[in-house]
This record gives sequence, structure tokens and C-alpha cells, in this order.
Amino acid sequence: MMAPRLTPYLSRLSTLVNGIQSRSVHGIAPLTSAVQSPVTKPEGRTTATLIPGDGVGPELCQVVMDVFKSAGVPMDFEERHLTELYARRSDTLEEVVESIKRNGVCLKGILATPDHSSDGELKTLNMKLRDELDLYANVVHVKSLPGLNVRHKNVNMVVIREQTEGEYSALEHESVTGVVECLKIMTRDKCRRIAKFAFDYATKHGRKKVTAVHKANIMKLGDGLFLRQCEEVSAMYPNVEFSNMIIDNCTMQMVSNPHQFDVLVLPNLYGNIVDNLAAGLVGGAGVVAGESYSSKSVVFEPGARHTFSEAVGKTHSHAPSLGQPTEPRQPPVLRQHGEGGRR
Amino acid sequence: MAGWCRSLVKGVRSVGVRHFSNVRTVTLIPGDGIGPEISAAVQKIFSTAQVPINWEEVDVTPVKGPDGKFGIPPAAIDSVNRHGIGLKGPLMTPVGKGHRSLNLAIRKEFNLYANVRPCRSVEGYETLYRDVDVVTIRENTEGEYSGIEHEIVDGVVQSIKLITEQASRRVAEYAFKYARDNGRSKVTAVHKANIMRMSDGLFLCCCRDAAERNPDIRFEEKYLDTVCLNMVQDPSQYDVLVMPNLYGDILSDLCAGLVGGLGLTPSGNIGEGGAVFESVHGTAPDIAGEDKANPTALLLSAVMMLRYMDLQSHATVIEQACFDTIREGNYRTGDLGGKAKCSEFTDEICKKIEESNS
Repeated sequence: MMAPRLTPYLSRLSTLVNGIQSRSVHGIAPLTSAVQSPVTKPEGRTTATLIPGDGVGPELCQVVMDVFKSAGVPMDFEERHLTELYARRSDTLEEVVESIKRNGVCLKGILATPDHSSDGELKTLNMKLRDELDLYANVVHVKSLPGLNVRHKNVNMVVIREQTEGEYSALEHESVTGVVECLKIMTRDKCRRIAKFAFDYATKHGRKKVTAVHKANIMKLGDGLFLRQCEEVSAMYPNVEFSNMIIDNCTMQMVSNPHQFDVLVLPNLYGNIVDNLAAGLVGGAGVVAGESYSSKSVVFEPGARHTFSEAVGKTHSHAPSLGQPTEPRQPPVLRQHGEGGRR
Repeated sequence: MAGWCRSLVKGVRSVGVRHFSNVRTVTLIPGDGIGPEISAAVQKIFSTAQVPINWEEVDVTPVKGPDGKFGIPPAAIDSVNRHGIGLKGPLMTPVGKGHRSLNLAIRKEFNLYANVRPCRSVEGYETLYRDVDVVTIRENTEGEYSGIEHEIVDGVVQSIKLITEQASRRVAEYAFKYARDNGRSKVTAVHKANIMRMSDGLFLCCCRDAAERNPDIRFEEKYLDTVCLNMVQDPSQYDVLVMPNLYGDILSDLCAGLVGGLGLTPSGNIGEGGAVFESVHGTAPDIAGEDKANPTALLLSAVMMLRYMDLQSHATVIEQACFDTIREGNYRTGDLGGKAKCSEFTDEICKKIEESNS
């Protein structure tokens, strides 16, 4: 007598369960699929996409793989080739994006960006990859390494750079012959997003101060928008000190007194400049690590983006900048998923 | 003050007798804050060195023009236009709306297209960097500072970076001319043409063309980020750098930071019909009128001006006296870690000039 009455409930329950399952799979697909799907692999192994890149990138990646193997890091690499220099040797952007989305984590060498692409494309492959994955926040931790003989000692700052808009919009045109316009786009949402990211980062890592770097005295609307969003967001984080600095003054301060900086947040081009400048302070592009975040995945790459094509095959390039991000600090996304406890 | 005026008049007169035909007039804009003090110091040093120059002092306090906007008084513009050359102390840009930046206005008014900033390590004043000797030449009329911006829809702002062939050619050509005139061997074009392929690409093309026309000067091209990275590691690999507006703004201040800040770096703005030389530091209102300011930046700017006017021997004597005074260290001003007053520093330079002339 009970059975017929129960059936609709049961069937409804089963659809509900199915619903939950499928939804959960969609919701955290990029991470769980990597952990769940390979049945034959030991539990806790992680797969990361590896993009060797151009110049010395492939050599450095080999070094990292060797080190990881020796250290017994439970990580497998899924190698994808992406290059703008030899189009035929490159995997398609879609394949690479799909792999990173699925794995949620990627180790990437530097992609060279030639001045002119073969097909007149204004966007570089780097820009396309960032846009495709929405890797909006680039974090470069600039820290003096003990033992390196450089001028500046005890530097320790974090440079956070917006990298999906601003000067890197690839919107350019020649209005009349000899007159070129290049558009710099700043949007409120993206400015706010990066500002929030910077303050969240500072809070999470126990940093005291966030400095917004801009040129709002000249670009009153564009950089003004960025500065205003940073100011507004800072009001929500009373425990983090906030200041702002004009980009030209910032570079001057950085070479004379880099110790005053803690966390810096910058629009795209200024971020590129300060990243490299700061890397120079602590020993160059070879020793500074960087990471690019979207809301779902993270790409680890050297902090100062140089391919050093002149050093290819000479085995004296520095692996630390590639090794650093993944070695001493396992990415937060991996930690959440109980990554084997080993470093 | 009166005594100083007399000595200046005397100086000018005595020089005038000897090279009457060669005396040229220079417009002097003393500026705000410490501007008048350091301008007076430069005038005193110049009269001691018997530089064949007449000063015409003008006031650039903004006046309301016929269009209702505040701007430079016409008399000041006339003066620079007439003499084609000016020396300018620091100007205060009033915060708030309705004022155009005076610095910008002067730049626009006289079409000063190239900003030249030599940065050289000053012997005796230690920084982390030694042997810095670079010159940044910055395109000064367009680029990111075109001032063309608008909000397309709410929350989306578009700023236009304008690069024109004419302006790029002009500044590239000037960079090579500067290198040749000043005994420099290499020009580096700094760009970001890998990202801004058309705009910076155009700038780069113009530099390449100029390089072909000037085969006696070595030419190389570098990405902006690479230059920043290398500059803080080994500045000696660069010589003359030429670049669009924003990059020049950033790099010139970076280089100034390498040698000890804006208080020591001169600056010149070269235009089609004239040139204005200036100190680029602030007005330092906190020490204004206290005889504490360091006149070095303005003095070295004035020395650049002498070289521009082809008064090489005077330039060398004054520059040497200035560097010697700083090196010896007895009369350094507060910003260089000394205790001397501006007037004492000035007197010491004058003494050295007199010694070398006698």
C-alpha cells in the first residue's frame, strides 16, 4: 500500500540527487576532474599544464621537471606548446586554454612577442591567453635572495598588476597617414576587481600597506577611475594602510628607497614597468617569480617576462624564477585539495 | 638685494663692453617657493663668470584671459618669443579646477617638443649607483599625455595615446643631433612595439629612419621593460635614450633616482623656435625663503642652456666649479647631507670661478 505513494517521492529524490551531482561537477569542474578522473593514478597526484614557451623557457622547464622528480613532487605535467614565433609548432590556443581550464594550474615559460605578427594581428598570444582565461591579476613577489650580490638588500614587496585592459587593449588605428591612435581602456569593474584582489591579498598574507600607482594627474579620467576605485575599496579594509603614488615618482623612489613599499597595485603598463624594475633590484629576471590569477585557474610564470633568446642552449640561465612559484609556495588552489603534504 | 643688483648690473656692463655684439637676452622665470632664491644664485654665479647674458625677468602668475580661462600673461609669452630662450625655476600647479598646469601651458605655447634630461653621477655624493651617465630624450607634445579622454558609457573610460609621424621624426632626429653635438656615441630607442604594434611601431620606424640618416651614431632598440630592468642593474650600458612621452616621463625620473634625485638633475625643453631650460624639482614651500635650497639643478640647467647657446667655455667653467664644490663637501646644502646655506654654496662656486679665471 505504501509503495505507490512513495514512488513519486523516490523518483523526485533521484532527480534531485542527479541534479546535485551534475551541478557539482560543473561547478568545480576544472579542479575535481583532475583529481577524480584518472583512476589508475595514486591518490593526491595533481596534473598541471606546462607551456615551455620561447627562448630559454624549454630549458628552464626541463630543470623544474628534474627538480620536481628528485623531490618527489606528486605532480604530472601535461605539455602544451604555444608560440608566436613558429606558428606551425604551436598547439592551438583553444587546446591550451582547455587544458589549463581542466587542470586549473599551469606552469608557463615566457612567450616571445615579436613587434609584428605575420597576419597583422594586434593582439599578442600572451594577451589572448590572458583574455581567454580572464587571468586578470598578476602577482609578482619581489624579494631579495640571500647570497646574491646586488646593490639593494632586504627588498620585499608584492607587485599586483591588472593585465586584461589598459594599454594592452590592442585597439589601434591609423586615422590618417602618419597619425596613429592607441586606445587605453579602463573600466570601473576591472579597476574595482584588481583593487579588491590587492586588498584581499594584503589581508591574507599579513601585509600592512597597499600603494596604488597611477598617473591620474595627467590621465584624469582613465587613471582617475583606477585611483578612485582603489580609494573606495580601501575604505572597506580599515586594517590595511592605503596610499597612492604617481608612477614617475614611484620608479624614482624604487631605485633610491625600495623598502618603503609593501603591496603595490597598478594598471597594466605601469605594472609591467614596475615588475621589471623591481626584478632588476633583486638580481634580474631570472630570480623573480610571478603568478597570474583568474577566479578559476592560476598560471605560474617568471615575474619579469624575458625570453633571453640570446642565452638559448648555453645552460647558464636561471631556473629559480620558474621553480620558485611552484616549489616553496604551493598554489592555494592545490592546497585546498589536499595535495599530498609534500612540497 | 640692492648690492646684488648693482653687482649684477656691473657684471653685465663690464661684459657688455668687451663683447657688446654677443650679449644675448634670456627670459628668466624665477618660479614659486624656492624658485626666486635659486634663480638669484644662478644669476650671481653667471655674473661672476662674466657670461655675456642679459636677464629679462618675467612673472608668469596666471592672469584671466579673454576666454575666461587663467593662463600665462601675454607679456611673458612675448618675452620668450622675442628672445627664443628661457630659464625657469619650479612652478606650483594650483590644485583644483579651472587652472591648466602652467608647466603644460608653457610647453604647449612654445611647442617644446623634446625634453632632454642628462643624468650623471655627482662625484662626492654617494648613491648606490656610480658612473651613471645617461641622457633621456622624451617626446613632449603627444603620446599618452595627449589629454584626449572620454567616458564612453558609465564606468568605461577611453584615453587616447596619439603618435604622429611628424612628431616622432622630429624627436628622433633631435636625439641624433644631440648625440653628435654632445660627443655621445649611441642612441637607444625605447618602445613597447611588441604590445602597441601600430603606435609604438610608428615611433620605432621613425627612429630607424633617423638612424639610417645618421650612420655615425650607433643605434639600438630596446623594450621599455628591458630598459627598466637593465637600468637598475647596470646603467652604464646606456647612453642617449629616445622615447615617447610617458616612457620618457617614467625613465627620466628613474634615472634621476639613480644619481640622487631631482635636486641634481638639469632639464631642457627644446622647441622649434626656442628652448626653455628648467629645474624639474618641486617648489619646496617648507624651506622657501630660508636660504636652505640647493640651486644645483637650476644651475646645471643654465649650464645646458649655455651649451645650447654655444657658450661652451663658460659652461665648462661653471659646471666644473659646481661639481668641485660638491665633491669637496665643505659647502653642501642640507639635501646633500651638508649644513651650508644656499648663499654659502653659491659664494663657494663663485670663488672657484674667480680662481679659475684669474
